[in-house]
Formats: sequence, structure tokens, C-alpha cells
Amino acid sequence: MFPHEEELIKERLGREPNEVEKAMLEVMWSEHASYKSSRKWLKLLPTKNDHVILGPGEDAGVVKFDESTAIVVGIESHNHPSAVEPYGGAATGVGGIVRDILCMGARPIALLDPIRFGPLEKERNRYLFEYVVKGIADYGNRIGVPTVGGETEFDESLDNYTLVNVACIGLMKPEELVHSYVEESGLLLVLVGNKTGRDGIHGVTFASEELSENAEEEDRSAVQIPDPFTEKLLIEATLEALATGKVKALKDLGGGGLTCASSEMAGKKGFGAIIYADRVPQREPNMNPMEIMISESQERMLFAVRKEDVNEIGKIFEKYDLEWTVVGETIEEPRYIVYWNDEKIADLPIDLLADVPIIEWEAKPYDIEKDVQTPELSVEEALLEVLSSPNIISKAWIWQQYDHEVQGRTVLKPGLDATVLKINDEYGLAFVSDGNPSYSHLNPHYGAMSAVAEVVRNLASVGARPLALVDNLNFASPERPEVYWSFIETIKGLADAAKAFGLAYVSGNVSFYNEVGNKSIKPTPVVAGLGKVKLENITTMGFKDEGDLIAVVGITKKELGGSEFYRIFGIKEGIAPRVDLEREKRNVEGILKAIELKLVKAVHDVSKGGLAIALIEMAIAGNKGFEVDIEKVPAEGGLSPLEVLFSESHGRFLISFEEKNLEKIKAIFDEFAVIGRVAEKVLIFNHKNKEAINLDLRQVKALYNSLPSLLGE
Amino acid sequence: MPKFAVIVFPGTNCDFETVEAIRKAGGKVERVWYKSSLKDFDGVVLPGGFSYADYLRAGAISARAEIMEEVKVLANDGKPILGICNGFQVLTESGLLPGALRPNKVPRFLCKWVYLKVSDTQTAFTQFYEEGEVIRMPIAHAEGNYYANDLNKVKIAFQYSDENGNITNDVNPNGSLLNIAGISNEKGNILGMMPHPERASDRWLGSEDGLKVFKSIVEYVKR
Repeated sequence: MFPHEEELIKERLGREPNEVEKAMLEVMWSEHASYKSSRKWLKLLPTKNDHVILGPGEDAGVVKFDESTAIVVGIESHNHPSAVEPYGGAATGVGGIVRDILCMGARPIALLDPIRFGPLEKERNRYLFEYVVKGIADYGNRIGVPTVGGETEFDESLDNYTLVNVACIGLMKPEELVHSYVEESGLLLVLVGNKTGRDGIHGVTFASEELSENAEEEDRSAVQIPDPFTEKLLIEATLEALATGKVKALKDLGGGGLTCASSEMAGKKGFGAIIYADRVPQREPNMNPMEIMISESQERMLFAVRKEDVNEIGKIFEKYDLEWTVVGETIEEPRYIVYWNDEKIADLPIDLLADVPIIEWEAKPYDIEKDVQTPELSVEEALLEVLSSPNIISKAWIWQQYDHEVQGRTVLKPGLDATVLKINDEYGLAFVSDGNPSYSHLNPHYGAMSAVAEVVRNLASVGARPLALVDNLNFASPERPEVYWSFIETIKGLADAAKAFGLAYVSGNVSFYNEVGNKSIKPTPVVAGLGKVKLENITTMGFKDEGDLIAVVGITKKELGGSEFYRIFGIKEGIAPRVDLEREKRNVEGILKAIELKLVKAVHDVSKGGLAIALIEMAIAGNKGFEVDIEKVPAEGGLSPLEVLFSESHGRFLISFEEKNLEKIKAIFDEFAVIGRVAEKVLIFNHKNKEAINLDLRQVKALYNSLPSLLGE
Repeated sequence: MPKFAVIVFPGTNCDFETVEAIRKAGGKVERVWYKSSLKDFDGVVLPGGFSYADYLRAGAISARAEIMEEVKVLANDGKPILGICNGFQVLTESGLLPGALRPNKVPRFLCKWVYLKVSDTQTAFTQFYEEGEVIRMPIAHAEGNYYANDLNKVKIAFQYSDENGNITNDVNPNGSLLNIAGISNEKGNILGMMPHPERASDRWLGSEDGLKVFKSIVEYVKR
């Protein structure tokens, strides 16, 4: 808390808060809980359209899939805890978002994990990477929620740090929606699940500051302990309790613990609450009331139920051997009162906890984009280098540790443009996440737009029409003027791009103060998107049949700033690829039309690594080769072959199709050119009638599957 | 009509889709919480998941639950008992099948699609397969490395193979003895398997090869 905030609290309260009150206020007024530095700007994001049942404001957003099906979606970050204790940090991140989905009334059905690390050459980065993956796997697998995708990136700027985001979706009927706030007094507040311990004390406050160099020793106690076994029981018990129709409000205990959950539940519609802190089951002896009120121990939920229903609900928890305790009640008067034994130890106006004034930091624009010369290299050498990059190679090592099949819905598996989950016999839900911090670093506005555009392209590539978005904004300290400016630019970019596609953000998360050793991370907006696809239209990126034509949709420009090619060859400057929203929309619409008319056999979005990598990914996925002519790629601005192959211009797709459909496909697209054909097991790039590259599919596959060997296996 | 029980232990997580697959195969089925009784049932499926979070050893605590005594009675009566993944681990831990499921040769969780060769069609679970048929389903486990001192008392039902039915080391995902993916008792009414047939019972999910396991037990209990 800042000094001016302490003054303001004193003024509003008319006295100095006591120690317990101060601890609760500190948690609620933290950046992580209050969004005080971001709230003003988040209002710029579009949050409503016909698909949205419930936008931002509660634990997760709700989207209409069809008349009888709603999808709940949310995204969370667990960056600070994961950087200190990767296994527990990543695992409890999964647990938290799963409870956010659950407390809206939905069964959690899938997780996505966008995760980012420093270079794998360093031992500590490998340790962070391997244990984050293990934490996600052990937790997600044990609770029976499939982890179906995500993205993984490695970058020098994240040395000794990690960004661990996690998105979750849930499935329910629209009428099953349960709110996180009460609308009556006299309800009992029932705490269910794990006992409360000393873990995660001041977790949100810790997540609202930069990590010190000694964080690993100093901040362990702020990281929570994962218990997926209890979480699984909590999922089943909660769904069973909700089915009684007698739960009036439900909230999970996450950041800010009992204080946050109970004060928000009671206060949102103007009611108050009394909490009897001594009744909270304690994991450790001699915990004091302050610890109990702000502990972030995991796997706990808070139910509001009428007195006459509490035993019926309680029996359900007992069936699952879950401890349940009435810890408080809602009251008419809008106050937040805490008792310890019979002594009143806190008494605050409830809105003092929630009503945190906005902070607007100084924002200072910067412009670091400048055009640079692309180095002269042999195309083959460049291709092999880019192909071997940890950012490009197969992530099967990761997602094979995740049970991505449990619950029996996974139609399209991880490793493709988007995952598809079967929702009913006719339709599936496509789910994907993207973020491009290296573009955002050069130009936060276009970087943000690119994340949205890529999500939409990924959805379209599998045949899905986009439904809704969620955003997770990972930034350094907002107190740095350049960072704050990049944050505002990011939001504007996210807003512009979503509006162009007619999409809304239904939930989101902001994580500031991501720095270690006084070094800022790159602006890292991560966007996850949902789409709806007819099962029979689902399309994959793999080449299907020898002789099929390969075409590129879109225009390739000299846009290599932030590209994987530049990164590998140590070029930090450049101009970030621009996003032309009209072009994106046109080409996405064309792709969807071509898929729906069943004219194409394979579709793939062109992104990291450019056309060269996109072609290789299609070859590997389909176990086929190709022969293409580099100079046939429609390009603007006099590009060298290297630049054509590795430019990361947006708005592009690669497709393959039977020759007989050529005229019909041509008629769909303005920007379109056939560049070659699907071949047997060789990969040939021609330039001016000469073979510039000739690779064997087996050799390429070996490189593509080299992640285990990079980890020393 | 005969009825199946899909037993749900704390931490079981493949119960819903297993129920779904049995229904699709034409069977009558209920999810049965482990504290309940099995007296009205004619067959049992122990589904996959992490019962008791794999504490102690995978399947070890569930194997000692009271309901397993009832499972043994049904097994002795010749009723079909199917253990999938964690359910297989429960069957070996409870002594209903011999042997043990050790940690995978690469000791971590592995979720991937595999090919299986059907090695025995004379069981309650495999009667609709052809001898030597190659089928496809996913595995998802960290302890699936089957080992037994003595294979005289069991019949091998499924073995990891390549797509042509060749049983080689390369295609053994977990290091199991003789590429064993599933075994049954001599009578052929108790079967444990690591792969998930319920995840291969819908054409949209990649394969319907697993459905025959459920069709087979549904048919078996009718007799």
C-alpha cells in the first residue's frame, strides 16, 4: 500500500485501522486484487455482444454456445509464485482457475497453459521449465481436467524468471449459472475444503511487487501448497451441491483468501458480513486471526446458503469427506465484521475493502522501431537454425505429460492450430491462446493486435468461427513510465482488434511487477479465444495427398522485427509486423468459406518462423513433403528469398487442395497464389528454377523432435 | 436387463466417459460411489483416474476398500470385472490379477495414442475382435510398466505393437514385459488394461476401436 492510500483509509474510516483490519485492507488494496493501475484502461475493452451471457466482473466470463449450452471461461497468471517455486506455483495456478470456473456453476472441461521461460541453456531456466510443466501435469491430471494446449516460448528477456498463465473452460446449461454475490441477509457462509494454513500469506501483496534476487529463500511462504486430490473432491461435491438449487452464492478462495471471498460475496450488492475467524479449521496450531483472514491456502470454497438448507448441503460435503464449517453470515448493514472468540476484532465499512481508488501512473511513449538489414546467409543454413529453435520445435515432450484426453472430448489434439473439444454430436468448441511479446516489445499496439489476429486465424484454420476472447496482461512495474505506456497501448490494440472482429473479452487478468533483479519483462499480452466449429468441418494443418496444390493466402512484406529468424541471429531491432484488420477479416472469412464449402484439405496459419516453418509444420503433421517456388509467393517491397521465407507478416494462411477446386478457391480470395505441390517425403524450396533447399522429411522430423535432447535426455 | 457398476473412488476421473461408452455399447450402467453396495450388479468396471491421488502406490489404497470384497465375490461368480488404467492398478494391488504395474521406463506421465495387437479373443472383453487384429487407443499413465514373475496364470489380451501388429521394443511406451498392455485371468472374466478403450469409443475422438470391449461385456452378461 502506498502512503497516500494509508492516509485515505484513515480519513474514510475516521481512525487508524487496527492490525487485523490493516492486513485485510493491504490485501484488498493490493494491485493484484484491486486492479487499481489497470481498471481505468480495461474499460476500453469491448465486453458485450450477442454471444456474451456474463462479461468481466465475476470469477469468470460466460459465453452462449447454443440455446442449451453455455461455456464459462477464465484466465489467470501465477508468475510470481512459479518463479519462486515452479512446481507449487504452476500447480496452484491450475487449481485457482479451475475453481473460478467451478464457482460459476460449470464443470471444468479443459485447460490451456501459455508458459514462458528464459533460454534452456541455463540450468535454472531448465529447472523452472521442467517443474512448471510437472506442476501443471500433476495437478491437471489428478483432477481429471485435460490440459489441451497452450504455448511455450523461450526468450533471453525471461532469464531466471517465468510467466505461467493458465486458461480454463467449463460447460454448463445457461440456467445453471450461479453468482458470486448474495442478494439477501441472514445467509450462512459455509467454508468447504482444505484447512487454512500459513501458506500463501500475503500472496497477492507479494504478487504486487517486484521479486528480489533472494526471492527463492525469502518468499516461499507466499507460495501456496497444491492438493489436487481435495480439488477433485471439491469439484464433484460442489457440482452435486449446486444441483440441489439451494446454493445462493458461491465463490472460491483465491488471492486475498477468506477476506476477499467473503467481503466481495457480501458487499457486491450492498450487504455486509460477520466472520467468526476462530471457527475456521486450522492446519497449524496457534494461527492468529490475521493469518486466518488472509491466508491463501488452496482448495477452499465459500458457499452462501439459507439456514434451513445448510444440513442438506453439508451432507453432500460429508459424502466426499470434505470438512465444512459455518464461518459467518450475511447481514443487512453494509459492514465487514470479524470476531475472534467473542471479541470483535475488525469492523469496517464493507466498501472500504472493495472501493479502491484508481492510480494513474505517468506514461511515457517510446519508439525503438528501426529498419535493419537482414543478414546474408544461405537459406538452408538459416532454415535449419530456425527449425531447431526451442520456440519452433515440437512441444510433444510437454503435452504428452498432460492428460489431454480425459473426459473424452478432445477431437483435435494439442500441437495443431487449435484444440477442438466435442460439445455435442454436431458441434465442437475450438480453444487456443497466443501472445507475441517480441512484437509487443518493439510496438505494444501492434503486438497486442497480433495476439488477437493470431487467435482468430488459429480458430479459422481448424474451421471455427470465433465466439469470445479472454486476455492475460503480463507486465513489469506500472510505476515505470515506459511500461505503463506500453500497457495502455496494449489495451488499445486489444480493443481495436477485437472490435474489428466483433469480439468481446469476457474475462481477464492483469499481472504487473513481473521483474527480477530490476529487469523488466517484455510487454506480454496473452489472448485466449473460443470458437464454434461444426465437427464435420474440422480441418487440420497436415498435408493430405501427394499432388495437391499448395497456395498462400495474404501478402508477404519485409516484416521481420521480433521474428524468430531475427531472434536467432541476434537482431534485437526491426519493425514489428503490422496488423491490417481489414485484410485479416477478409482472409479469415475466405478461409472459413473455403472450409465450409469443403474446397480445402489442409489449412495452417502463418506465424512464428514464417512461411518456411508453416510449410514444414504442415509436412510433418501430414507425413508428406512438398515442392514450392519461393518467387511465386506474393510479396511487397523487394524481399530477398530469406525474407520471403521468414517474414512474419500477418493475415496469411497456407492451404492445400485438389487441383480441380482451384478456380473456385481463386474466386474466394483477393490475395492468393499457388506456390507448389504436396510431394512424397522430400521438402524442396526452389528459387529461380534452382533448388535452394532440399531436405529429407526424416531429417526434418528428427530436428523437429529435438526438445528431449535439448533437456539432456 | 443386466446392469454394470462403474466404481467411483475418491480421485477416480474417467467414470463419466466410461459410463457413456457402456451405454453406447447398449449396456445398462450406473456410477457407484465406493461406499455403496454392488448387490444389484452383474459386472464391474474400475475406471481410470488417480484414486486417492496415487498416495502410497497407484491403486494401493482403493484395493483395500470394502467394496473390493464385493468385487471379489462377483469375480468368483464369473461376472466380468474390467480394470482400466488406474483400475488395472487396483486389480493387481488387490490380487485379482497377478503382477504389478511399475513406473514407466521413462519415469513420468505419458499420454499418447498407441497401436495394440489383440492377442486373445477368448475373454469376456475381446470376443468381438479378430485374433491378431491391430487397434488404436490412447494411453495416459505414469505407472503402466507391467511385470510378473510368472505368466502361467494369466492370458495376454493386448500387446503394444506397431500399426502392422509387430511387437517390438520401439513401440513399447512404458517398458512392460512382452509389451503387455492388458491381461486377463485364466477364466477370462477379469481383465486389466492400461490403454483407455472409453477414449476410443467415438469416431470424432480418433477411433471407435475401444467400443468393442464394452460391446463384448454387454453381450457376455446377457448369457
